[in-house]
Amino acid sequence: MTATIIRPAPVRKSLTVKTDVAHAFEVFTARIGSWWPRSHCIAASPQKDVVMEPRAGGRWYEIGEDGSLCNWGKVLAFEPPVRVLLAWQINGDWKYDADLVTEVEVKFTALEGGHTRVELEHRNIERFGDKAESVRTAIDAEGGWGGILKTYAEVAERRA
Amino acid sequence: MADAATALAALADSTRRQIFERLATGPRPVGELARGLSVTRPAVSQHLAVLKAAGLVKDQAEGTRRIYEIDPQGLGTIRAWLDQFWDAALHSFKEEAERPKDKKPKEKT
Repeated sequence: MTATIIRPAPVRKSLTVKTDVAHAFEVFTARIGSWWPRSHCIAASPQKDVVMEPRAGGRWYEIGEDGSLCNWGKVLAFEPPVRVLLAWQINGDWKYDADLVTEVEVKFTALEGGHTRVELEHRNIERFGDKAESVRTAIDAEGGWGGILKTYAEVAERRA
Repeated sequence: MADAATALAALADSTRRQIFERLATGPRPVGELARGLSVTRPAVSQHLAVLKAAGLVKDQAEGTRRIYEIDPQGLGTIRAWLDQFWDAALHSFKEEAERPKDKKPKEKT
């Protein structure tokens, strides 16, 4: 049976923010800890802050209440005030995985009236599936998409 | 977006799973999907309706036929999660970015 690659569509979001582009970029990057949803952390300790290092090749990570640092991935491009490209390297088990790279690109465009258009794209989502080598074997064994779907479901339900 | 449990339940049925796996090789009309299966064509249509409701397949009309294919977005439990996550995160970002600049950032709760 021929392997069929199915690519989930990227997650795309866009919104208009009533502030200038420099400020929007600043809040998104330097002050990410001020708005990042607290419930979304992968460390054992509750999240105290989120940090995005302001340079290509830097990292972005969360800091726990206990001072522990939990890496989320790399900063791939840092172009104030118009663009930031992040590597989201958190896998389907909600653990940092150095071998997994999905990209989050955020673009900031100045609008008339001093507002800013923010466009976010989270892509390469199919790589979450690629990571599971055991899953791949199971797919071959089971001869189809049922296998991969089941694994997705198991991951999802474990998280619930 | 259907959740993982719905998708799993839809595939628990062996006939539905056979149909789904046939679609993995490419889009197919109902008649072709029914060929070689031990169920009637209306039954295949019903199974396809369940798969569609679970977000696993989508269909489109081509003349008088309906062509079914796997819905790539239907596979993404993770995608669905990310979609909701970014909605929430960007909403929170917007609030923070639009806060008057001379005021202190709000205390995190």
